[in-house]
Amino acid sequence: MQLLASTLSVTRYRVQGKPAEPVMDTVRNGLKDQMIREIDNDPAQKSIGWTESARPFAPDFESAQFMFGNHLVFSLRMDKKSVPAKIVAKHVNMATAKRLADNGQSHLSKNEKRQIKDEVLHRLYTRVPATPNVYDLAWDMEAGVLWFFSNLKEANEELETLFSKSFRISLIRMFPYTEADLAAGLSDDQRDALKQSGPALFSGGGHA
Amino acid sequence: MLDVSVAYNRYKFLGHEFLTWLWYMIDTDFEALQKADPEMDALAIGNRIVLENHRHNRDETITIRGDGAGLEEGVMALTKGAKVTEMHLLFRAGELEWRFSLKGESLSISSLKTPQTAKLESAADIEGAVLEKIYLVERVVKLVEQLYAQFAKQRFDPDWDKKTVHRIMAWIRQGPAAD
Repeated sequence: MQLLASTLSVTRYRVQGKPAEPVMDTVRNGLKDQMIREIDNDPAQKSIGWTESARPFAPDFESAQFMFGNHLVFSLRMDKKSVPAKIVAKHVNMATAKRLADNGQSHLSKNEKRQIKDEVLHRLYTRVPATPNVYDLAWDMEAGVLWFFSNLKEANEELETLFSKSFRISLIRMFPYTEADLAAGLSDDQRDALKQSGPALFSGGGHA
Repeated sequence: MLDVSVAYNRYKFLGHEFLTWLWYMIDTDFEALQKADPEMDALAIGNRIVLENHRHNRDETITIRGDGAGLEEGVMALTKGAKVTEMHLLFRAGELEWRFSLKGESLSISSLKTPQTAKLESAADIEGAVLEKIYLVERVVKLVEQLYAQFAKQRFDPDWDKKTVHRIMAWIRQGPAAD
């Protein structure tokens, strides 16, 4: 489990709302509906979905234990395939030469070239195994707080999209503005001052 | 509420002011910071601090790293108008010690090393280990949130310019502790 690793990164979220009642059924169904789909031996280039933190490569949300105290703990898994551009170019080149020889043509149309490239990519992506990345999260439903154990921009964006799709509630990322506006316990006047604020100067800045 | 990406970019200066304020507070008023976690025995700048200065058409980044590195260059950068954009921190409470980095613009935590948890002997130990780890992460998350709330209350108080900014300016003029 990534959560038990010796070094962690944390991005903090507020959860806006609660899943529909019965909550645990809604969550379990959301996880099952959007569970990671394996794409090895499949032409898909990318797959994103939920998985179990303890068994990220054999998830089963029917039997999984993902409630720990007040927290739901599960993972976002992102599988991606990549084929180096030079390998794509080589295979496109070979396929083009074969097509020209087979049909006795001297050149190919734009459409034929695009079709060959699509076929090559389809074939290569089917053969290339996907590289998986697993990011744990801990969701305290009582407090409406979620910690995502990655600071990567792409992983956080995918989390926000998948979470909203799965549970019909959204996440608010906590950064200086949202933290001050929603969580710092400011008065209405202070929140107005926040909205009007601009950078402060702590130094004249004239020293050499 | 403002659009998230607009709010992120427009107000990221608050995160930089927060980390600069935090350095000032660590240096001058640790007792006040203890309100964020009454069991906190120490909060210190760790082995990395990054400052940026975008004033007067400058685009300057100063990174100081290494255990025991002096902060003289950081102090100099503050006098020129730079603010802290990233900070590695050491937080101690009793026997427990955490180390982590805080990025100003996002308030995200990275390189978080919590105190050691019990070793997993069997699958049955997982639940206990997860609960313990969540507790240890929560200590740091709560600390950051409480410190930021303390800063925000000062930052949006009508006396911010008259009191806090003047004190920080005086602290910078005198030269913060550079070790």
